[in-house]
Amino acid sequence: MSANTALAEKYRNNFLKEIEEQVEMGDWVKMCMQCGVCSGSCPTNFQSAWEHPPQELFMMIRAGKRDEVLTSTSMWNCTSCYNCIVRCPRKLPITHIMHGIAEYAHRIGLAPKMQATRFFSGLFWKNATKTGRVNELKLSMGLYFKNGFGSGVKEGMKMKDVAIGLVLAKRLNPLELFGGHKCKDQKGIQAMLKKAYEIERSRKAAKMAG
Amino acid sequence: MADIKVAAYICKGCGLGERLDADALVKIAQKDGKVPLAKSHDFLCNADGVAMIKNDIANEGVTHIMIGACSRRAKTEAFFFPENAVARANLREGVIWIRPDTDEARETTQEMAEDYIRMGCAEVKAMTAPAGNAVTGSSKTLLVVGGGVTGMTTAIEASKTGYPVVLVEKSGALGGWAAKLYKRVPVHEPYKSPADTGVGELISQVLGDSNIKVYLNATVAKTDGAPGRFIVDIATESGATHTEDIGAIVQASGFDLYDMNKLPELGGGKSANVVDQAGLEALAVAAAAGDGVIRRPSDNQPVKSVVFVQCAGQRDPSGTHLAYCSGYCCNTSIKQAMYFKDANPSVDTTIIYTDLRTPGNGEDFYRSAQEKGVIFTKGKVAEVVPGGNTSTVKFHDLILDDKDAAMLDVDLVVLATGQVPNSGINIDAPAATAEEGVVEVKPISILNLTYRQGKDVPQLKQGFTDSHFICFPYETRRTGIYTAGPVRRPMDIAQAREDATGAALKSIQALENAELGRAAHPRSGDLSFPKVRLEGCTQCKRCTVECPFGAIDEDEKRFPVFNESRCRRCGTCMGACPVRVISFENYSVNTVGAQIKAVDIPDEFSEKPRILILACENDAYPALDMAGMGRNEYSAFVRIIPIRCLGSVNTIWITDALNAGYDGVMLMGCKSGDEYQCHFVKGSELGRVRMSKIDDTLKTLNLESERVRDLEVAITDIERVPEMINKYAAELVAVGPSPFKGF
Repeated sequence: MSANTALAEKYRNNFLKEIEEQVEMGDWVKMCMQCGVCSGSCPTNFQSAWEHPPQELFMMIRAGKRDEVLTSTSMWNCTSCYNCIVRCPRKLPITHIMHGIAEYAHRIGLAPKMQATRFFSGLFWKNATKTGRVNELKLSMGLYFKNGFGSGVKEGMKMKDVAIGLVLAKRLNPLELFGGHKCKDQKGIQAMLKKAYEIERSRKAAKMAG
Repeated sequence: MADIKVAAYICKGCGLGERLDADALVKIAQKDGKVPLAKSHDFLCNADGVAMIKNDIANEGVTHIMIGACSRRAKTEAFFFPENAVARANLREGVIWIRPDTDEARETTQEMAEDYIRMGCAEVKAMTAPAGNAVTGSSKTLLVVGGGVTGMTTAIEASKTGYPVVLVEKSGALGGWAAKLYKRVPVHEPYKSPADTGVGELISQVLGDSNIKVYLNATVAKTDGAPGRFIVDIATESGATHTEDIGAIVQASGFDLYDMNKLPELGGGKSANVVDQAGLEALAVAAAAGDGVIRRPSDNQPVKSVVFVQCAGQRDPSGTHLAYCSGYCCNTSIKQAMYFKDANPSVDTTIIYTDLRTPGNGEDFYRSAQEKGVIFTKGKVAEVVPGGNTSTVKFHDLILDDKDAAMLDVDLVVLATGQVPNSGINIDAPAATAEEGVVEVKPISILNLTYRQGKDVPQLKQGFTDSHFICFPYETRRTGIYTAGPVRRPMDIAQAREDATGAALKSIQALENAELGRAAHPRSGDLSFPKVRLEGCTQCKRCTVECPFGAIDEDEKRFPVFNESRCRRCGTCMGACPVRVISFENYSVNTVGAQIKAVDIPDEFSEKPRILILACENDAYPALDMAGMGRNEYSAFVRIIPIRCLGSVNTIWITDALNAGYDGVMLMGCKSGDEYQCHFVKGSELGRVRMSKIDDTLKTLNLESERVRDLEVAITDIERVPEMINKYAAELVAVGPSPFKGF
């Protein structure tokens, strides 16, 4: 049984309880009074980026719409500007709840796979933890080739003038593609991350087990 | 009339001396006003000026005083001569403050002042000092009808103030609805959990008070008389009748819940597991007596999920159910959801609302419910489908715009149905025609008044008792009878207790004033009252029908019988009387008529039109005064006479004015209709009905309909009222001068 089906089974009719127990800051969801100030304050809202604004997500959680919420791209669009937290009359930590729901959806494998924010977050994490330093060239290349080789080349060519300029200004070193610079104590970093993974895994496992 | 001696005093203070020719005004008073004693004074309202008037009263035998100074609304304490008839010519707010201080304007301004002096002299001669009503009663006992929270609070508050109380309760026990509650919405910090009702304590306070006489299982069989001297028959279950002498009455007859059987689509009456809020209180009380678990009625199993349906049969725009919001039900449902959550947090409690309204400190209570895990869903419930032991609640989720949202397997549905006032018979309703086969349940009278106009106090909208909602919320349209609590408007316990306290104090005022023979409200302290010359009465019954306060009964010969203590002194009867036999000592067809005739009407070639303004003293006249205070200018051609109410305007005044050559008449009264602002409730409405027939008069005089203008003026129309005057004055120029000038 996957983590998702196990949790779905566990909480059956009570998605709100699931969110409260599994999602960081999830116990705040019940306190929303549906005033909509968060939605009105959200800068991404102007670009129709939200499928569901925060207060609607909270209502969906209360209405038990588990799949719609967890597979939604909405919470992934949060830019962490904290406008909603500042303005919420009920003092809900909305930004944190958004990230909490996103993280939970990711953890149990329901988050939309190719959602740009999520894809980039994964890419960034892998990139940064591999050598202890972010390799900007590899990171941006990874994004360009997100949708395959052909589109990657096509998108890359659009930016070629910028890239050449950067190379000439010595802001971009093509040789970084091969290895690149690293932290001094690579082993130490890996050991530290391993320990951190262990701690988190045991904590989440305990949470999932209830 | 006995010997009268009139004195006129012209003040020169506040700039009057500089702007007006006071000596000329004194001469006008002597020559046109025919006043034997006329004086001017530099500062009439100071101690010296007042002493001068008092000296004249004592030594010169002055009985009638005409003061030409500020508005009658100003300096009322300085110019207080209760033994004398007093008229005031408004030279300050009404003349110099509304006219520009220029040489061109000086002539018309002076003419305006001269006319006001003529009018004041004419008015005061037609007046006598009011002596007060002689037919008074002195009962200090308060009757409280209804033994619920409102009634008991009224009784306790009145008793604490030192007034004996008779409390009549229909049922066998005190407490009313509140006694049936398990707990109440909290009224003290931290507003987090339901609190004890405190009704038990109220009941023991009432029962332990020797000043409060309680009749249980009793109703009011008859209420006769007037404030200060009501005679009330109280019928008890045994069939015995007790008669009590009563000074004033507080009707706290409360409410019934809207009948949920009228809501079959919400499952009302279709399943034992669908209850109203009172039904849930009963379940909670039963649970508290047992193991504390609320059980569903159908099979006595513990309730695991409960849905509260807000606005059930309320705020209904279609007119089928209640049109209004009862205001307390949101807090009540929150409280009831807590009954479940406090006992067992795993019970699913959902409140489906469209607009959650939690007045007072309800916001904290609401937040507390959210913390406890009560789910609030914004939606409109379409249907409750009972099936076996559970129900399905179908609703339109308004946040998610999901028209087919549903709650399944709900053990208990609670409908928040709201309050319907228990206000007795609607005396204004047309007699219902009995439909065949339909058994109409007729409302039972609460007070059984012997008043000519009907057995109960009049109602406004939705059956709540009529009161002046803005200014005098406790006053009904029956003097000395106050309504308090949910019979007046929907409310919760906290509001009802506040209401009860207010009503207790108002009723005490009423009975004290009644004993002194003066008006209680809104002309508090007024000693005048309507006098009728019965020899001239034609028994047309207009006064008895029209009196907004039911003050006038009819005797066996169908003559009007005035109950002065019930009267509010509006003069509607005086305005209604076609033979003009009703008058007050200081306000009559003559006092106003004499003023109208006293105005000097220049001929048609002078280009000085004259416009008569009859302005309601409660709203329009203060607005005009305030326009003066703000130095808003208006036409010098108007002559303003304050009237007690538009309802007191007798059409003879209009006819007289037009015959005398006035070019136009403006009537300024308050807003009428359902949203009325008239201090006398129906006065302005009745006045307007009368005035709507003025066209016939104009036709017989062969005059244009523009000559009479009926206007709605509120006290806030300070800047609008000068504009209205100037606009009308300009319109009249187009109409041309009245053809009646110079006759």
